[in-house]
Amino acid sequence: MSAGSLPSGSQVKDPGYPTPSENYLTNSKGILSWLFTLDHKRIGVMYLIGVTVAFGVAGLLALMIRLHLFQPDGMIFKGEEANNWYNQVFTLHGAIMVFLFIIPSVPAALGNFLVPVMLGAKDVAFPRLNLCSFYLWVFGALFFVSALCASGLDTGWTFYTPYSTTTDSSVILATSGAFILGFSSIFTGLNFIVTINTMRPPGMTWFRMPLFLWATYATSIIQVLATPVLGITLLLLIAERTMHIGIFDPEYNGDPVTFQHFFWFYSHPAVYIMILPAFGIISDLISVHSHKRIFGYRFIAYSSIAIALLGFLVWGHHMFTAGMSSLTTIIFSALTFTVSVPSAIKVFNWLATMYKGSISLTTPMCYALSFIFLFTIGGLTGLHLGTLATDMHLHDTYFVVAHFHYVMVGGTLVAFLGGVFHWWPKMFGKMYSEAGGRLSALLVFAGFNLTFLPQFILGSRGMPRRYATYDPEFAALHQMSTWGSMLLGFGLLVALVVLLRSLKSGKRAPANPWGGATLEWECTSPPPFYNFERAPSVGDPYDFSDLEWDAEDERYVKVEPAREIVPEEQPEAEPVHADDSK
Amino acid sequence: MSTIEASPEVGHDEHGHDHDHPPFLAHHFDTPEQQFDSGKLGIWLFLVTEVLFFSGMFCAYAIFRALRPEVFEGCSQFLNTKLGAINTGVLLFSSLTMAWAVRCSQLEQHKGLVGTLAATLSCAMIFLGVKAIEYSHKFGMGLLPAGLFFYDPSNPHPTEHPPYLAYICAPFALALAGVLIWLVVSAVSGNKFQFAIAKPLSVVCLCFFVGVGLGTVLESGEESADHIDVHADPNGLATAPVMEQAEKTMAAEAAPAIAASGAMVAVDETVLKILAKDPANVGVVSSQNALEQQTAAAGTSTVTGDGEILGAITTTEVDVMTPTTAGVFFSIYYCMTGIHAIHILAGIGVLVWLLVRAVRQDFNRQYFGPVDYVGLYWHLVDLIWIYLFPLLYLIR
Repeated sequence: MSAGSLPSGSQVKDPGYPTPSENYLTNSKGILSWLFTLDHKRIGVMYLIGVTVAFGVAGLLALMIRLHLFQPDGMIFKGEEANNWYNQVFTLHGAIMVFLFIIPSVPAALGNFLVPVMLGAKDVAFPRLNLCSFYLWVFGALFFVSALCASGLDTGWTFYTPYSTTTDSSVILATSGAFILGFSSIFTGLNFIVTINTMRPPGMTWFRMPLFLWATYATSIIQVLATPVLGITLLLLIAERTMHIGIFDPEYNGDPVTFQHFFWFYSHPAVYIMILPAFGIISDLISVHSHKRIFGYRFIAYSSIAIALLGFLVWGHHMFTAGMSSLTTIIFSALTFTVSVPSAIKVFNWLATMYKGSISLTTPMCYALSFIFLFTIGGLTGLHLGTLATDMHLHDTYFVVAHFHYVMVGGTLVAFLGGVFHWWPKMFGKMYSEAGGRLSALLVFAGFNLTFLPQFILGSRGMPRRYATYDPEFAALHQMSTWGSMLLGFGLLVALVVLLRSLKSGKRAPANPWGGATLEWECTSPPPFYNFERAPSVGDPYDFSDLEWDAEDERYVKVEPAREIVPEEQPEAEPVHADDSK
Repeated sequence: MSTIEASPEVGHDEHGHDHDHPPFLAHHFDTPEQQFDSGKLGIWLFLVTEVLFFSGMFCAYAIFRALRPEVFEGCSQFLNTKLGAINTGVLLFSSLTMAWAVRCSQLEQHKGLVGTLAATLSCAMIFLGVKAIEYSHKFGMGLLPAGLFFYDPSNPHPTEHPPYLAYICAPFALALAGVLIWLVVSAVSGNKFQFAIAKPLSVVCLCFFVGVGLGTVLESGEESADHIDVHADPNGLATAPVMEQAEKTMAAEAAPAIAASGAMVAVDETVLKILAKDPANVGVVSSQNALEQQTAAAGTSTVTGDGEILGAITTTEVDVMTPTTAGVFFSIYYCMTGIHAIHILAGIGVLVWLLVRAVRQDFNRQYFGPVDYVGLYWHLVDLIWIYLFPLLYLIR
């Protein structure tokens, strides 16, 4: 399919290029036209910038942590306050990464851009609410920054009581920030559910939706159902700190374990808010770049929903050592294993999709492949932690750190980068340097593994997490990890440079550079501000049979092969039924 | 740019002014039905999030009530059932007027719509007025969340406390003054549209003080009639004979709780004895009493000792009216009713917005979505109160 030029005589359908007055990036000018825009694409781009900045800040904090751990007694933070500094830095790294980057990364940045376009709609159902979510995100971020500037935050991103009610760092500012961010997330989820439910074009049944939309839908369900519980938990925590309401604070007869239950009732499903959209991206990437129909479409779609629902039943596995009854822990452990079933279904379906496909090793595909490798490791090590007996040993060690970084960085971040590289030509109308992109994928893959594989060993040997210093016996592995983090940081920098350079000097992107069959490839790159002039005709999102590579213009086009009309007579210029069409 | 403006088929204007659809239909929707369905699904989802938001507090309520039933029953006596019942009635009535408002908007009865919306708003204000009395009364008595709790049974009504009622009423008084000024100004300047808004709004603002008045009358009536009963707190520091009675019932209630947690029979007998002694030895005994109980219960916890540590802690707290025990009830009370009151305030905000649009006659039989959505929200707020009222007021 990807070889050669177009068959002769076939009719080519291609939307061409947008004019500057159509292009959503240029159709209105000035900073205010961006700040007050209701266009979902512009909001998506603003989110993209926002989450990238947040990621940069939290990533630098991560590098600080790794550098500090280069030596057993700490390299960066010295003196009496060293431990406090370390606590604040890892807390802010975690909190910013989770609340400001990972949760909004795929759903808010890519989702906002893609959901309406994939639906062939003009916008999301509630454009004003959408803008409101973005500004809530900004305000939440400001609260976090002010917490950083005020007196730091040293509770970890989980705000566990009773420490969070007694520490004199700025817990209230940070939790207010997380509370506001929660509302941003709820409104985004609500918007997507309504959009997908009511604004699908005629002909797009549930099972003709791209899998990215299924994943977004499942994510949105979690956002709507779980985030309010976090909201009330954080609100009660604020009340606990200001008025000592005695619900979580043992000093006033409260129960700190209740906080953990409340917190993880949200935050475990939140883990799936982080990973489910990544699954959606990978499903689309694997299929498009293998130029082969996705294998087991329904299973992938249903497994997204299954993960979303099962995710609500397993929060207790974060608390095996918190003093639950042995029966409860066994039930939670058993339920935890059930989540691995739908996750494994997805991985096997992706592998089956690639089997006998004609794989193009483009940058997005490289990221997708490393996602499968890394996520599989992340997922399988999760089973060790879900098993009661091994968790007792591994709880709060670097094994846990390595596990969730494999899922969140190796999973979500890599998928996010893959998605950004995949849809970058659509978002900005520019092609980036393929060589640079692939190099970044390689560097990220290598750097990531070098950083976090040693941490599995560290953890299983008993290195506890959240400590600023360690025994010299762990030094070699820690140093390996630090070198890896430098490499990972460099790889991410390369990715950023490749993408930014493309904006300056990239080639103009065709409407369909990869050969995707979903609706977003049927409008120009970048899309016009109204997305589609008229509702596009909906086909199978994974049917690549009528897409051909046009080697001359380096693009994929939809072709209608030339037909011979068997009887000699020509069709009438004006069909008889033409009058009845209105 | 000039070349772009010259080509009308691609310009922004072409899209923006393609008005073959009714003015209320947003550009990104294809039909009014699609717009209405989207809004309806959106508001239902929002209500789901609201229910889950409150669910956290209902969970906290369930956990702490299961741990300390006697605290909840004892403390619930401080809540004025009459005021709670009146507020329940007021909110139920407001739900009726809200549903009526939706119907009016569907039937294009513009005056009826304004009237029913104003009635709903008035009920909301009465609710808040009554709540202001309840809150200020409890603030004054020191019945506050655990950390701020300073209730003293021997002096239940400290005379020196800030004028809480004035603090709560001040913003509403300001709002009333503002609306009245607006009413006069709009009447004088002859702005009929503004006058039509200000007129119902001034009634609405007045209703807050109707609620305050209603609350004051009932609260003081309650005071004189069941003063003793209201303050028949179970730690037995008062001296009236009625108290003794209440004390014994409380002790009898507390005893099974201890027995249930696996104490020996002898233990609850001692506890009973200690409690019976209470009213005689005012003040002096209480600390010693607590100490003895603690040792008794410590024995219990070692007997039970299978990880049910919290259960054991509960049994030590027979002395209900301390900040750490009673405070939890009031914490939950303030959290739940406070956040509910915030929802009422938000509801008032959107209802005022609807009122303005109703005066402007924005709604018609094809476009009544906003009234419908706000109606659903209002019913949910009402429904939550329907749960809060029995759970907090009616559990003695």
